[in-house]
Amino acid sequence: MTTVTKKIGEGRLLPVTSQLEKWPWWALGIALAAVLIVFSILTSPIYQDAFNFIREGIITTIRVTVIAYGLSLIGGLILGLGRVSKNVFFYNLATLYVEVMRGIPMLVIILYGAFVIVPLSLGLINGLGNWMVGLTPLAGLGRTLQQVDIQQVDMSGRAIAGLAMGYAAFEAEVFRAGIQSIERGQMEAARSLGMTYIQAMRYVILPQALRRVLPPLGNDLIAMLKDSSLISVLAVRDITQLGKLYRARSFRSFEAYNTMAFLYLSMTLSLSMLVKFIERKMGHER
Amino acid sequence: MSADQDDIIQIDNVFKSFGKIKALQGVSTTVKRGEVLVIIGPSGSGKSTLLRCINMLEHPDRGNIIVDGFSMMHKATDINIIRAEVGIVFQQFNLFPHLTVIENIMLAQRIVRKRKREEAKQIAEQQLKYVGIPEKADAFPHELSGGQQQRVAIARALAMNPKIMLFDEPTSALDPEMIKEVLDVMVALAKAGMTMVVVSHEMGFVRAAAHRIVFMDQGRIIEEGTPEAFFNNPREERTRAFLSKIL
Repeated sequence: MTTVTKKIGEGRLLPVTSQLEKWPWWALGIALAAVLIVFSILTSPIYQDAFNFIREGIITTIRVTVIAYGLSLIGGLILGLGRVSKNVFFYNLATLYVEVMRGIPMLVIILYGAFVIVPLSLGLINGLGNWMVGLTPLAGLGRTLQQVDIQQVDMSGRAIAGLAMGYAAFEAEVFRAGIQSIERGQMEAARSLGMTYIQAMRYVILPQALRRVLPPLGNDLIAMLKDSSLISVLAVRDITQLGKLYRARSFRSFEAYNTMAFLYLSMTLSLSMLVKFIERKMGHER
Repeated sequence: MSADQDDIIQIDNVFKSFGKIKALQGVSTTVKRGEVLVIIGPSGSGKSTLLRCINMLEHPDRGNIIVDGFSMMHKATDINIIRAEVGIVFQQFNLFPHLTVIENIMLAQRIVRKRKREEAKQIAEQQLKYVGIPEKADAFPHELSGGQQQRVAIARALAMNPKIMLFDEPTSALDPEMIKEVLDVMVALAKAGMTMVVVSHEMGFVRAAAHRIVFMDQGRIIEEGTPEAFFNNPREERTRAFLSKIL
């Protein structure tokens, strides 16, 4: 009688092989590219020149991103509350805004914001000033408002307005989804204890919803950092604009765009690691 | 309906539909101060809807509900003030998962009753002792068993010093061995004179504490009476059929 026996471990990958398969080779690729570019910047005079020229754009890119992101969070939270509101007016206003903004390319929103919305708003402020000058108690404030000038709002300010307007629509949907993901019983329990709708939102629903939306909010920060390159159409001297200028000046496309891409990638990857870290920390808590 | 001083809850000809489903079709009853009313009936009979109408978690389409002299359907009534006087305990506990046990019990005291932190904390600790788990004050809800969570939910409602307590199938989501610890608290509360409206099929509680039983089916009250009369001599055929299934 013959018996076919299988040896233990047969048909399985050896432990060493499976370890190698799991290894994040893509990360090694990025690390190698980074080392190569850092090495180039340190040794090659052309890269050094490109880096020194573009470097000043880093601050602008970060500043625009951080301010626009902060504003988009505030706007997004208000719009998100509108999206879950039972108030017909508030709900429809928020939904209209979100649907319109999500249907327009970010580049168009930035152009529209810079050359239509911002001048229009300033016109309104001037008009308000003109009206207030006629009213004795408000004349002082009116004169100040009258003198607000379009020249006082530089292009980076207008770029921030455009980015924040566009991203507020995305954040609104993130907040809406977060709020709606909280079980209905939470609102019922809070209301049944006598809390108003606003108190229940503030103390019970939002603290839970904000935890859940932290990862998507983090991803949107990364997305906004990348989309901030679009503001170069307004000639704001961010990383992209300075990269373009450097290339136009030196005709060194290779060095200019490599440096540009490297700067963005190092920022987005660090942010993405931060988001993953926060996500993991929150996973442990619950 | 006569405005009897003793009637703390008056339910007058209440109708409620969810789309095509008619949950309540003209329900009227009253609850006296200190009375323990148990509502029983098959699923879908409208008993939970009726309970939830008492503190306006569901808005009746028609009819009137008067709680402690205030009409819940009247525009001038501030529902939040009435709700603070009417505690409710849910089947799914609905504790706030981001807060500790003591914070769960303190939150509404602080922002609705405007109590000082120290006072709210003292009352919360007192209530936790009453439901028998003072040592869990700093735990988070997910660290507790189902029975413990439900007892915290009862303590959270009691900390508001409500005049009425509503219970919506409080033991249905519990493992069998945890039902007793929750029922014990409820029985103690009933003995202490709390006005209670309870949707439950727990016969242990009915025997120990119920003053009156209401049997509902298809959105209507079919029969009501004292537990003895109700179980020994049910008048209606539907009541008999239902009792034969649950007893």
